[in-house]
Amino acid sequence: MTAQQTRSHSIDMSSILRGQQQSTAPNETCIKVENLNLFYGKKQALHNVSLDMYRKKVTAYIGPSGCGKSTLLRCINRMNDLVDHVTIEGQILLDGENIYDKSVKVADLRRRVGMVFQKPNPFPKTIFENVTYGLRIQGVNDKRILEETVENSLRGAALWDEVKDRLQDNALGLSGGQQQRLVIARAIAIEPEVLLLDEPASALDPISTLKIEELINELKEKYTIVIVTHNMQQAARVSDYTAFMYMGELIEVGTTSELFTNPTKKQTEDYITGRYG
Amino acid sequence: MKLWFKSGSPWIWLNAAAVSTCLIMVIAVLGLVLVRGVGNFWPTQVTQFSYQEEGKPLSTIIGEKVDTSITPAIMAKSTGHKMADNEDTLVQYLVKTGNRDVTGADFRWIEARNVKEQSDPKSLIVVERREWGNFYGQLFEVKENGKTVATGDQAMPELQTRLAAALVVVKKIAQIEKKEIGAINYGLERLRLKQKKLQLQNKWNSDTEKQFADDKADFDAQYQSHQAELASLYKEIRRDTLIAKTESGAEIKIPLAKIVKVYQPNEMSVFGKLGFFGHKVIEFLTEDPREANTEGGIFPAIFGTVMMVIIMSIIVTPFGVIAAVYLREYAKQGFTTQLIRIAVNNLAGVPSIVYGVFGLGFFVYILGGNIDTLFFPESAPAPVYGTPGLLWASITLALLTLPVVIVSTEEGLARIPKSIREGSLALGATKIETLWRTVLPMASPAMMTGLILAVARAAGEVAPLMLVGVVKLAPTLPLDGNFPFLHLDRKFMHLGFHIYDVGFQSPNVEAARPLVYATALLLVIVIVVLNLTAIIIRNRLREKYRALEG
Repeated sequence: MTAQQTRSHSIDMSSILRGQQQSTAPNETCIKVENLNLFYGKKQALHNVSLDMYRKKVTAYIGPSGCGKSTLLRCINRMNDLVDHVTIEGQILLDGENIYDKSVKVADLRRRVGMVFQKPNPFPKTIFENVTYGLRIQGVNDKRILEETVENSLRGAALWDEVKDRLQDNALGLSGGQQQRLVIARAIAIEPEVLLLDEPASALDPISTLKIEELINELKEKYTIVIVTHNMQQAARVSDYTAFMYMGELIEVGTTSELFTNPTKKQTEDYITGRYG
Repeated sequence: MKLWFKSGSPWIWLNAAAVSTCLIMVIAVLGLVLVRGVGNFWPTQVTQFSYQEEGKPLSTIIGEKVDTSITPAIMAKSTGHKMADNEDTLVQYLVKTGNRDVTGADFRWIEARNVKEQSDPKSLIVVERREWGNFYGQLFEVKENGKTVATGDQAMPELQTRLAAALVVVKKIAQIEKKEIGAINYGLERLRLKQKKLQLQNKWNSDTEKQFADDKADFDAQYQSHQAELASLYKEIRRDTLIAKTESGAEIKIPLAKIVKVYQPNEMSVFGKLGFFGHKVIEFLTEDPREANTEGGIFPAIFGTVMMVIIMSIIVTPFGVIAAVYLREYAKQGFTTQLIRIAVNNLAGVPSIVYGVFGLGFFVYILGGNIDTLFFPESAPAPVYGTPGLLWASITLALLTLPVVIVSTEEGLARIPKSIREGSLALGATKIETLWRTVLPMASPAMMTGLILAVARAAGEVAPLMLVGVVKLAPTLPLDGNFPFLHLDRKFMHLGFHIYDVGFQSPNVEAARPLVYATALLLVIVIVVLNLTAIIIRNRLREKYRALEG
């Protein structure tokens, strides 16, 4: 990559960053990752990661493919438990409580930490049933409550106006972008504290991506959001904090504007300017 | 030539040829079964032959021409036929002459060269009888209590009206004998067993004795009233007889009570034949068999087949699904699960008769025998469940088809995208909630596929059934109006076994052969209907749980 291109690239970045509103609320730690090591069999995927994520802020993980950012994200709601032969050392504190403690029920944890995946994964049920899935599992069957939740969640996910007349249609009939927002609605229907977004826009077209990004900006009013993305512009647009990971290690973490304009580590600078490696 | 090979067209031709061959064979099978099976119900012309063998007097033969065989002269000579020099072939007709009570055989081969004259007189009648097969001949007169009431032209209409009345009475008698008296017998048997049970438990005392005597008197009274009714009905039905003349001119007396149908096939119009055909088909589907299964309908066999398949499905589906869920979802994947999987797959390849032997040895004798000693001590030494029956046949077939259900359910479970499970788990569902709410419904089309394959295999299976519950003739259906309505301990009839029995174990193979085709056709239809039902259900489910694509 030439110097010319690099410069224009960083100019691009700063213009994005200028446009972003900076919230001034005091930072309160919501999730604290402490000395986390993760092994798939004998292969180590995360090396001694320590990191704080703040309440009602958006934290983005960036880094090249296979650097462990998704793995780290999936540790926060213990999705990695599903993988065979996985060992996890260290701890993750959610509101000061270690989520890997034996007394923690995984299902309860996942109710507090919602997750949205890379590919939209609505259930092959109606839109209504998709949104109420979490509530029904908790044993809520009151029709009034369910209907209220569906409307609120779909409004929260900016999908209500598009689907309000066809709540009883199969969710698989929606477009990819709508499906992803439906999945977000489904996640916020059970009112979690934290939302984990694993490359939520990577399978979507630009317009849908834009909608999802706008949505993230709105959602951070209520939720602590952690997002994994391989799109640096997206990280710059939506996040307050950014963590750069490389080869299973956390290289650098800081406010998004600082990390993008003034990275302290050379690896970070190389990555965000495109001199990857 | 080389280019032609390279172009790939020979390969395409080969593929196409293979497909066409398969198609032709399937069509041939279905066509043969269809034509022969359906043809059986169409009324055949009855022919009158003037027949004279060399050195014998002229005789008349009346019957349906069933088959023609042409033998080359050399072959005919070697089998003992005298052949003239100018004859190249020997033509023979197989004629169904009926009248087994008179001549001792239903069929007869005659030589075409000896037929002096042949015609289809309209007056010839065919009498379908309850015993002795068909009668062919001329109607002579109708008698009531030995007195002639109609002869000549008036005989036929008079006969039809009287026959219609007689058939109603026959139906009434059957109804009383089978249903009412059957229920009384069933009640008496239960009473006897109850008494014996109380005696075994030492609870038999004067009170119970009196009560039982009352109950028994009740049944006896009912029986007496039915008996009186029956006597009058029998008297009514024995009133009329018809006199007919056989081909040789001998007069023969046939009581109307023994007649199912009298018709004149040579006089029927096409519509008349069509009506007759429909009537025969309905009779075939709804009536009980007669004359060692060579005549009448096969309703009990249809009923038994469907019943057995349904019970088998009820047993095999939950079992297979639960096993598959454990294997795929809960068991630790590794050498042991792989070994189990291989074993299950191999189970599908075990010959079915082996299952039959196992069913007889384990289910019937060990399981059934123990059930009898534990729960039915009163009926000893007669077995209840310790003998082949519907339940054991269904369980044996369920075992036989279990691998199919397990394998296809497992495949269905494996096909469900990981993202769906993760989506459910991420919403705070536990594994079991995810299974019940999302995974199993989505895998239901695969389960149905397994069930379809299982039904297809089970409905056509005969060998194991012969050991564990199928009989040539079951006196009662496994489902009736007597409590507890579904009698799983009863033996039953089955279409597949019926084909074997009628076609190859029957005393009158020639007469029964058309029935073999008809039954085969019906078996195919029953399987197709069962399968189609399952396929329709599966497609509905598929539409509902269309898996995520891409």
